[in-house]
Amino acid sequence: MKHGRYPFIIGFLIVPVAIYGTFVIAAYVQAFQLSFTNWRGFSPDVSYIGFDNFVKLFHDNTFWKAIQHHILLLIFLPLLTIVLALFFAFLLNVGGGSKGGRTRGVWGSKFYRVVFFFPQLLALALVAVIFSRVYSSDDSGLINGLLNQVGAGPVLFLADKNLALWSILAVLVWQAVGFYVVLFSAGMGSIPTEIYEAAALDGATRGTLFFKVTLPLLWNTLQVAWVYLGIAAFDAFALVNVMSVDRGGPDGATTVLGLEIYRNAFDYAQFGYASAMGVVLFFLTITFAALTLRVTRRDAIEL
Amino acid sequence: MTYTKTNGPAASYTGSRHATTTAQRDKKELKLFSSFAHVALAVWGLLVIAPLIWVILASFKSNTEIFTHAPFSLPSKISFETYRTAWTEAHVGRYFLNSVFVVAISTAGTMLFGSMAAYVLARYRFFGNRFIYYLFVSGLAFPVFLALVPLFLILQNLGLLNTYTGLILVYIAYSLPFTVFFMTAFFKTLPNQIAEAAIVDGASHTRLFFQVMLPMARSGLVSITIFNIVGQWNQYLLPVAIMQGAGAEQKWVLTQGIANISVSAGYQANWAALFAALTLSILPMIIVYAFFQRQIQSGLTAGATK
Repeated sequence: MKHGRYPFIIGFLIVPVAIYGTFVIAAYVQAFQLSFTNWRGFSPDVSYIGFDNFVKLFHDNTFWKAIQHHILLLIFLPLLTIVLALFFAFLLNVGGGSKGGRTRGVWGSKFYRVVFFFPQLLALALVAVIFSRVYSSDDSGLINGLLNQVGAGPVLFLADKNLALWSILAVLVWQAVGFYVVLFSAGMGSIPTEIYEAAALDGATRGTLFFKVTLPLLWNTLQVAWVYLGIAAFDAFALVNVMSVDRGGPDGATTVLGLEIYRNAFDYAQFGYASAMGVVLFFLTITFAALTLRVTRRDAIEL
Repeated sequence: MTYTKTNGPAASYTGSRHATTTAQRDKKELKLFSSFAHVALAVWGLLVIAPLIWVILASFKSNTEIFTHAPFSLPSKISFETYRTAWTEAHVGRYFLNSVFVVAISTAGTMLFGSMAAYVLARYRFFGNRFIYYLFVSGLAFPVFLALVPLFLILQNLGLLNTYTGLILVYIAYSLPFTVFFMTAFFKTLPNQIAEAAIVDGASHTRLFFQVMLPMARSGLVSITIFNIVGQWNQYLLPVAIMQGAGAEQKWVLTQGIANISVSAGYQANWAALFAALTLSILPMIIVYAFFQRQIQSGLTAGATK
């Protein structure tokens, strides 16, 4: 057992660590470094300019717009997705009432679960392409085509400043709900049926069952869901890049940090500035995750 | 044994009239609730399926039909011409095969290197073990956007920008944190006795890993392989950042290619071909999902339940 132990350990670790170190760790370290430079990518002279990039960022209207959009997504993406997913998961798992002392799911619950989950398998970029057609402002769009049938519309989903971000949010919710239905269903499935039985015997209604039994016992899963969806709310790059008018438009009404980073890096070659935005995005994400876990902390209920 | 109120035997057991009426009322309420549940679930199911059906229907229509006919009207004739256009002229065929090629190699690489690292980190004690483990896991906390610019520069310096090698290595690198995190936990749960027996029989560390431990870790490997295939197949940001420059269109992956068809399509665009391209990229997912839906569901939710 002893012989060849260290050569083995090193042999197994060297390739993964080398790949990871080169493309991930080195990249993240350099990002922090670059954020303090004015590097434009092509010029050989790079100089450190301290916090100038961050100061510039602070006075950048587009940046603040992007932050506002993230705040909106951060509130409504998790809220809508979790409420819908919890609702459907509850219906699927206990909607069928009880028989022989066991609460049952509604008839066909497996089929619903399979269908609901499917969008999760589609790339966000593909979903974005599908919905940019669904939202099309003329009669070739799914929604406006239907509205036209009843003589209404057209609604300019993506071209209307006040509607564009909400339209994109709806697509995010559309894609996410199924995943969380499956996740919450698994959580509800692991709650012992005796608890439901006991509560039902005590005369608890379905509403009471949901709020007093299901919800507290699912708390940890809900926390995870909130963090995941929050992190997704800091992304949204694929949707905005593909769906929005003039990338981030109309008039900056849908832009997000990811898109601004991409544009500053690859369209304007503002490598230092783009990296500074990346650093801000990193701290926002970390702060959000830490805050969520802290604020929502509760003692786990042991079963 | 316990009985709930809605249960017939429990009600008749007491024999009182009051209990029977309660049971009936409960049954009625249950029926109402159940049909309400069905309506709500069916509505969402419809919302999920409708856009996909609409895409498939539209892929058989002409441009005029798409603009003038009702969204869910049937195509006037079934013709695969749009599919031919999408596959060859819009290069969906090439993008598709590029994606298959890249994801096949990068997922295989991710699983090989990820489980090698995870195995050593889970089952061997050595100096720096914890440090390397946390180095890998810390990758979960960083948004990829932060690495975008440096990643571009690193690949440029290595001459890997706009190459499959570069893209594959980056896919592997960014899949390692979760793979190592999950597989380390998994390898820790495997029993020691079998490993010890294999050592007594004179197996080397390497043989022990490939012939004993990997087969034992199969269920974990399957979950994470699915997780990585789906994640890498759907990746959009990394290929968009890496596969740019002269001749890049030849090497684009599916997500990138389709997004580009959609974005660059103007008013004279052939929408039917775009719908055909979408159908071509959705259908394989539906087929694979139909066969492996249980594995796929557990694979994709593996991250959230750990």
